Amino acid sequence: MTDFMRQPLDSAAAGAPPWLQDYLRAGRRRWEACSLPTRKTEQWKYTGLQALQASYAPASDGAIELADAGIQLPRYGGFRVVFVNGHFSAEHSDSRLPEGVTLVRFAEADETQSGRIREYLGSAVGREEPLFTALNDAALEDGVFLDIAPRTVVEQPLHVVWVSGNQADAFSINQRLLLLCGESSKVSLIEHFAGARSEQQSFTNGVTELLLEAGATLCHYRLHLEEAAALHIGRVHARLGENATLNGFHLGLGSVLKRLDVVVDHCGQGAHCELNGVYLPRGDEHVDYHTCIEHRVPHCTSSEVFRGIIGDRATAVFNGRIHIHRDAQKTRAELSNRNLLTSTQAEVNTKPELEIYADDVQCAHGATVAQLDETSLHYLRTRGVARADAQVMLSFGFINEVIDTVRYEPLREFLRDLLSRRFARDSALVGDVA
Amino acid sequence: MLKIENLHASVDGTDILKGLNLTVAPGAVHAIMGPNGSGKSTLGHVLAGRPGYNVTAGSVQFLGQNLLELETEERARLGLFLAFQYPVEIPGVSNMEFLKAAVDAQREQRGEKPIDAVTFMKSARETCKAVDLDPAFLKRGVNEGFSGGEKKRNELLQMLLLQPRLCILDETDSGLDIDALQVVARGVNSMRSPERAFVMVTHYQRLLDFIEPDYVHVLAGGRIVRSGDKSLALELEARGYAWLEDEVA
Repeated sequence: MTDFMRQPLDSAAAGAPPWLQDYLRAGRRRWEACSLPTRKTEQWKYTGLQALQASYAPASDGAIELADAGIQLPRYGGFRVVFVNGHFSAEHSDSRLPEGVTLVRFAEADETQSGRIREYLGSAVGREEPLFTALNDAALEDGVFLDIAPRTVVEQPLHVVWVSGNQADAFSINQRLLLLCGESSKVSLIEHFAGARSEQQSFTNGVTELLLEAGATLCHYRLHLEEAAALHIGRVHARLGENATLNGFHLGLGSVLKRLDVVVDHCGQGAHCELNGVYLPRGDEHVDYHTCIEHRVPHCTSSEVFRGIIGDRATAVFNGRIHIHRDAQKTRAELSNRNLLTSTQAEVNTKPELEIYADDVQCAHGATVAQLDETSLHYLRTRGVARADAQVMLSFGFINEVIDTVRYEPLREFLRDLLSRRFARDSALVGDVA
Repeated sequence: MLKIENLHASVDGTDILKGLNLTVAPGAVHAIMGPNGSGKSTLGHVLAGRPGYNVTAGSVQFLGQNLLELETEERARLGLFLAFQYPVEIPGVSNMEFLKAAVDAQREQRGEKPIDAVTFMKSARETCKAVDLDPAFLKRGVNEGFSGGEKKRNELLQMLLLQPRLCILDETDSGLDIDALQVVARGVNSMRSPERAFVMVTHYQRLLDFIEPDYVHVLAGGRIVRSGDKSLALELEARGYAWLEDEVA
C-alpha cells in the first residue's frame, strides 16, 4: 500500500456533528476498501497516478495572508465566497448573499438544513468510480451547501473561490460543494480554483454536486487556474430535473496532474445541457477531462464542445461518453472535441464513447487532432504577419470561439484577458468574435 | 518595380506558367485577362509565395530584390499585396486583431513601434466607411460568415490600411454587384499614385470600365500572348478569347 493510501483521516471528524461523523465514517470504510487504480483500469489508462505516490499532510486551517502568498483574489463581480485550503474564510467572503440563496457549512447546519443536506448529499455522485469520492466523503474539511429557493432569480453570479495556500509540506484538501437549485430558479455559479506559488505541492480532491429541480437554469463555470505543482482530481456531477437547463463551462490550465470527471445526468424530460470546455497544458503538464452525458428519459438534448491546445511535452486526455438509455427516445446529443498540437512532442488521447440503446435519437460526434491550418497561416503571412506570430494568433483563435460561449460578460473578459496574455495577445483587440 | 522573366511554375506536378514575362513600372495599372485555366490566379499565388506553387524556372525581381528568395511575410513587408479571389475565413481571430498585426508588421519593417490600439481602432473604423463595410465586421472573426462582397471589401480595407507598393487583385470583381464594384473601384482609384502599381487579374471587361488600365495583357497557355492598351480589352469583350488561342496554337 502506498503512502497516499495510508494518509491519516482522523482530523476531519473531530468536532463535527454526529450525522456528519457518521457520513465521514461511512466514507472512510469505503475508502479503506479501495485500492489505487493502475493503467490497466480503463478509466485511468492514459492518466498515471505516480504523482500521487507521496504522503500529504492535512491542510492548515487556512489562516494565511493571501497577499503574502502572492494570491490575488479575482474580482469580476458577483457574490464572492472564499475558501482557503478547504476552510471557509469569512474575512475574504461577502457577508451578504442575495435573497433566496442560503449558504451553510455542513458542520454548522441547523436541524432543517442538515436534514436537507443528508437528503441530497451524494445523490448525484455515482459509485462507479468510488475511490476519490470515498476519500472525499471520508475527509471533507468544510463541505458547503448552497440552497437556492424555488423561483429565485439572481443576475449576478455566485462566485466560489477555492484557494490552496502555502504550507511547509505537501498537503491535501478534500473540498465539497452541494448546490440545490430549487424549482424554476435561475442562477450562475463560478467555481474558481487558484493556487499559491507555483512550486507548492498540494493535492485537491474536489467534488461538486449540482442538483437542478424542474425548470431550473444554472450556468456553471469551473475554472482550474492552479499552478503547475498543484494536483487536482475532481468531479462535477449534475442531475437535471424536468425542463432544467445546465450551461457548463470548464477551463483547465495544466499541472503535474489534473483530472476532471464531469457527469451530467438528464433525469427529467425536456432537460437540456450545454457543456463547453478548454484545456491548455504546456511544459510537462497533464490534463484529463472525462465527460459523461447520461440520457435516461425522452426529449432531452445535450451539446458538448471541448477544445484543447497541447504544447511542449504536455499530454492531454479527453474521453467523451454519451449514454442514451433505452427509454430516452427523441434524444438529441452532440459532441465535438478538437485538439491542436503545437509541438511534435505534445500528445493527446481523445475518445468519443457512444452507447445508444434507444432507436429514435439523433446523435453526432467528432474528434480531431490537428496542427494549424496551412491555408489560414499563409493568408496571415501574406499580410506581413511573421509565421510564429501567425501561429500564436491561430492558436488563440482556436479557443477564443469557445470562450465566446461564456455568458457572463465580466467573466468572459477576465478569461479573454488571462488567456490572451498567455498567448501574448492584446485583449483589447481580440474582442468578442461571435 | 516588378520584373518577371521567363517564369515557369507548376502546381501538383502540372505546369501552369510556361515562360511568362511581365514588367510593371511604378504608377502603372496593368490588367491581365484570359480564359479559364490560363494561369491568371497562379501568377498571383506564385508572387505571394503560396506553398504548393513551385517555380521551376525564371526570375522575379521586386523593388530590386529577388522576390522568389523571400518568405511570404517578407514579400508583404516589402510592399507586395495580393487581394485574394477567395479570402480565407479564420474563425476565432478577430478582424481587428488581424488588421493591427498586419499594420504593425509593416511598421516593424520601417523600424517603427507598434501603433497604439486606440489610434488604430479609430483609423480602422474610418477606413471601414471608405469601403462601405459596417465597422461591426471589425469585431467578427476574419472573413467569418462574410458574404462574397463583404470579403472583397475586407480585402480592400486591408489594402487601404497597409498602403502597399504593388497591389495584385485576383478576380476582385467576381461575385460583386454593380454597387459593390463601384465601391471597390473607388477604393482602388483613390490609391493610384506615381509610387504604386496595380496588377488586376480579371475575367471581364466590366471592372475596367471603373478602373482604367494603362496596359492590358492576355494570358493564355501560361504565357502572355498579347499586350496592348485598354482597347484590347474591348476587342476581347467583343470577340472572346478563342481567336487568340488559335493564333497562339
